[in-house]
Amino acid sequence: MGVVFGHLSDYASGFWYTVALTLASFLVSLLVGIVIATMRISPAAPARAAGLFYVETVRNTPLLVLLFLFFFGLTKVGLAYSIFVSGVIVIGAYHGAFVAEALRSGVGAVSKGQAEAARSIGLTFSQSLRYVVLPQAFRTVVPPIGNIFIALTKNTSLITVIAGVDLTSAADRLNTTYAQAIPIFFGAAVAYLILTIPSGLAFGWIERKVAIAR
Amino acid sequence: MTTSTARAPAGGTDGALGRPLVVLEKVNKSFGPNQVLFDIDLTVHAGEVVVVIGPSGSGKSTVCRCINRLETIDSGRITLDGVPLPAEGKALAKLRADVGMVFQSFNLFAHKRVLDNVTLGPIKARGVPRKQAEQRARELLDRVGIAAKADSHPAELSGGQQQRVAIARALAMDPKVIMFDEPTSALDPEMINEVLDVMTGLAHEGMTMIVVTHEMGFARSAANRVVFMDDGRIVESNNPDAFFSHPDTDRARDFLSKILHH
Ligand SMILES: Nc1ncnc2c1ncn2[C@@H]1O[C@H](COP(=O)(O)OP(=O)(O)OP(=O)(O)O)[C@@H](O)[C@H]1O
Ligand SMILES: [Mg+2]
Repeated sequence: MGVVFGHLSDYASGFWYTVALTLASFLVSLLVGIVIATMRISPAAPARAAGLFYVETVRNTPLLVLLFLFFFGLTKVGLAYSIFVSGVIVIGAYHGAFVAEALRSGVGAVSKGQAEAARSIGLTFSQSLRYVVLPQAFRTVVPPIGNIFIALTKNTSLITVIAGVDLTSAADRLNTTYAQAIPIFFGAAVAYLILTIPSGLAFGWIERKVAIAR
Repeated sequence: MTTSTARAPAGGTDGALGRPLVVLEKVNKSFGPNQVLFDIDLTVHAGEVVVVIGPSGSGKSTVCRCINRLETIDSGRITLDGVPLPAEGKALAKLRADVGMVFQSFNLFAHKRVLDNVTLGPIKARGVPRKQAEQRARELLDRVGIAAKADSHPAELSGGQQQRVAIARALAMDPKVIMFDEPTSALDPEMINEVLDVMTGLAHEGMTMIVVTHEMGFARSAANRVVFMDDGRIVESNNPDAFFSHPDTDRARDFLSKILHH
């Protein structure tokens, strides 16, 4: 374990990069998810079709392929984003498809009569979502969103392959130098758990909180 | 209380009718291969109370839902106060604000207090300031007899109380017409009258109402007209006295004998 404790600062810088990448990507995934879920349940058929197309293509493609496609593909056509920004866009857009599906099923769990009553008092489609359906859907949606958050946290490690300087890449570089794979990657695993376990607990807390607030 | 809208007395002639408010012309509607409305023609005048009856599946709910465009129609025309129903969007929302709807299953907003159920429409759809909306909501809750429950959540109310809140919520929009789709069918018998009393009060104040109900007592005492539907068609339309004492068609006779003697 000496190699780990001797290089805590390498772990720390990778750790904070991973935290930043996770939070920024998660924010993007929520925004994308809300937009796509709204399209998926919209009264307009073209919007529904576009939303479905997005969800199905994105969910059924490996994240790593999307990352390569975006990062190297855009460089080829002369557009270049930084590694970090590319990661945020691709990881956010990818998990946004899952967030959209979670939101959509949460909306489905709110009875149809709620939205009909909302529209009957003159609310527009988006107002009825905002004031009536989503606040009720939110409750059922917290656990799946929590799972998506944890999956997203772990998936940020893929940024290593486009030379992001995250936790996994920090461990990888140490291993190249010292060739002590077991302690080095064990250290990385522990660092991920320090992130993911409290997140799980936090989402459990939010779930209980919104259940009571009803 | 006097109202400017003259209502023909129940069972009277149609001499004192207001302007045509809800007009359906040759409305057809299918769900997939199933046609459920056939050439529906119906005109409801301002101040009129129209009771719609008919067997299960005859299309009563669908007519109501088409009038505020919760369902779209396949052909024909529906106008509200002379304006054809717009397609989905802001204009439709604006028009729906003028058409109250009271559902069999109440559909109160489960996450909101009773008071906020009533103020949501005025505040968000009409831009009424919160204070003013709350004052009006309290007046309306008082009028339907549940002012004391303003701060409760719907789940804490009995069915009859929830339905009266739903009526207050509809009234808060000052609608031109209110539709009731079997408002008492989901209620325990002892709660039916508290809801019917509120509705009868509205009828006598000149509110324009379209009421799907099997409460024949209400139809007799409050309706200007009874519309009988069967198999997606309007089979009969008459004043309540005439309809109940001598229906013109066998189908209506048959239906009445079933609901009156069970
Ligand atoms: N969303 C829907 N999808 C498919 N068919 C529907 C839908 N809503 C209603 N129908 C069908 O349309 C017909 C008319 O239904 P509607 O609910 O208007 O009847 P109703 O007169 O209100 O009956 P009830 O007294 O049972 O409420 C029925 O055959 C019903 O099965
Ligand atoms: Mg019905």
